Amino acid sequence: MSPEANLDAESSPSCRGRVWFDALTGGAGVISSGPRSVCVADAALGSETARFIAVVPDTQNRFPRARAGEVGLDEGWALARHVRATTARRPIIAIVDVLSQAYGRREELLGVHLACAAAADAYASARLAGHPVIALLVGKAMSGAFLAHGYQANRIIALDSAEVMVHAMGKQAAARVTRSSVEKMGKLGERIAPVAYDIRSYASLGLLHKLVEGIDADAPGRIDVDRVRAELVDAITDARAGAPDLACRLTSPAARKTRAASIEVRRRLAEQWRLAEPSRSEEQSDVRS
Amino acid sequence: MNTDAAARAEYRRFLERRSFIEMNARERVRAVLDPGTFREMLGPFDRIKSPWLPLQGIVAQADDGVVLARGTLDGKLALIAAIESAYQGGSMGEVSGAKIAGALELALDDCEQGRIILPVLLLETGGVRLQEANLGLAAIAEIHAAIIALRRHVPVVGVIAGMVGCFGGMSLAAALCTHLIVTPQARLGMNGPEVIEQEAGIEELDATDRALIWSLIGGEQRHAVGFADDLLEDDADAIAAAIRKAVCAVPASGRAPARSMQVERYVELLRTIDPNQPLDGESLRRLWKRGSPP
Repeated sequence: MSPEANLDAESSPSCRGRVWFDALTGGAGVISSGPRSVCVADAALGSETARFIAVVPDTQNRFPRARAGEVGLDEGWALARHVRATTARRPIIAIVDVLSQAYGRREELLGVHLACAAAADAYASARLAGHPVIALLVGKAMSGAFLAHGYQANRIIALDSAEVMVHAMGKQAAARVTRSSVEKMGKLGERIAPVAYDIRSYASLGLLHKLVEGIDADAPGRIDVDRVRAELVDAITDARAGAPDLACRLTSPAARKTRAASIEVRRRLAEQWRLAEPSRSEEQSDVRS
Repeated sequence: MNTDAAARAEYRRFLERRSFIEMNARERVRAVLDPGTFREMLGPFDRIKSPWLPLQGIVAQADDGVVLARGTLDGKLALIAAIESAYQGGSMGEVSGAKIAGALELALDDCEQGRIILPVLLLETGGVRLQEANLGLAAIAEIHAAIIALRRHVPVVGVIAGMVGCFGGMSLAAALCTHLIVTPQARLGMNGPEVIEQEAGIEELDATDRALIWSLIGGEQRHAVGFADDLLEDDADAIAAAIRKAVCAVPASGRAPARSMQVERYVELLRTIDPNQPLDGESLRRLWKRGSPP
């Protein structure tokens, strides 16, 4: 496979974020300030108003490296601004179809790491302040872009569709960094769930609140949209009933199995935490050191 | 003659300096904490290793490359998490990520009950460990969540000393810190140069052009444009002193909001940028003089 062919497959702009943003908001309550790549609307959901946010491709984006739906400098800071401006503990729905963070020289220089951190900060702060934050994965949820837009949510929902995927790095780059090949990495993913790209493998990690099956993710009809709305309302109710932290990602049956090491680390740490407190262990010899 | 004496004094100071960069993660933690207070948690003898690396024919290290210790800083309770860059490039896997997130969560519990723990992160990492991809990414999201929650109670201090630097999802963790310390040997970037070259092409960035890369993401540049708070020489005592100053100095009420919360300021700063004009490290320094608004 030529690198170009693969780049095309991995980076061609997706319209799913836009499709689902339009479908869920019905064009109502659109807030049109800031870059066109960040869609924001306050629209009805269940018996209340929620803020819907999506990052979408914009072929005219002033930063050329952020034209295909990447989270770049303007996108990160705009996400932070719109999330922080959400009023009255309204639910926030992050519609996630993000190809990647913006890869570019200018982006690095101007601090795309900080722009993405600002977005993550805003989502987490909203969650801690009592906004139910729900991430709805309708397309790609890649790496730093997902960290910025969606991964701080109280609950994550994904559509069960071949183009919905979560990963830390695009296939080509991941193959290069690990000195492997795209083919080998694909094979590895069949055996080792955390390195796979597909959403069903991701679901087996126990991080999802719900994998919603049988939805037409590309061209949703009324029934599809109604079902997804119901799932969002359910996730909001669940989030409001739970703690405002991310602990639920460790308690699902799938997490107990696949993230057993994450759970074990926390269990053992809690055991050692008090013992390691300097004032309490002063009399002991420094056995661990 | 005078300049000779000055040069000799400078040389002597250089020789007496303890390099922080040359220390491994455990030595770094000891160098930062008050002497004799180092208490490691989940150390190598606890043997909590990566369950995923052996499945891929890679030997798993007994501490998964993260050193966690409690101790004190000027007598105050502290938690230090240090990433060992010599193991798997300091990459974040399930266990190494859970160690940092889990320790920060325990510190948060204590802070919420009024027992203040000062958290310090010694960051030296390429980001997600790709052999554990999605579990590394998930752990990094949990580290972010913990830093953001903790920051409401105490300053969270990050240090990037070098030589690996701090990349990927962990560059967001650095950006979320209340206070960030770098050396001239540190690099802080979201995307490693090789990844940018792979994704955007060599005309966007030549990953072998070291001078260019340092001028974009090197510690000096990051400090000059305001992305880091302290720029220090590679000196363990100076770094330990700067950490104390950062964690102990200011009560929460008097602290400036973390950089990642300064949304209006950075939206304004970015407005001054014309993406059609060439931009290099030097010209950005002129545009964004450290800390000052446009």
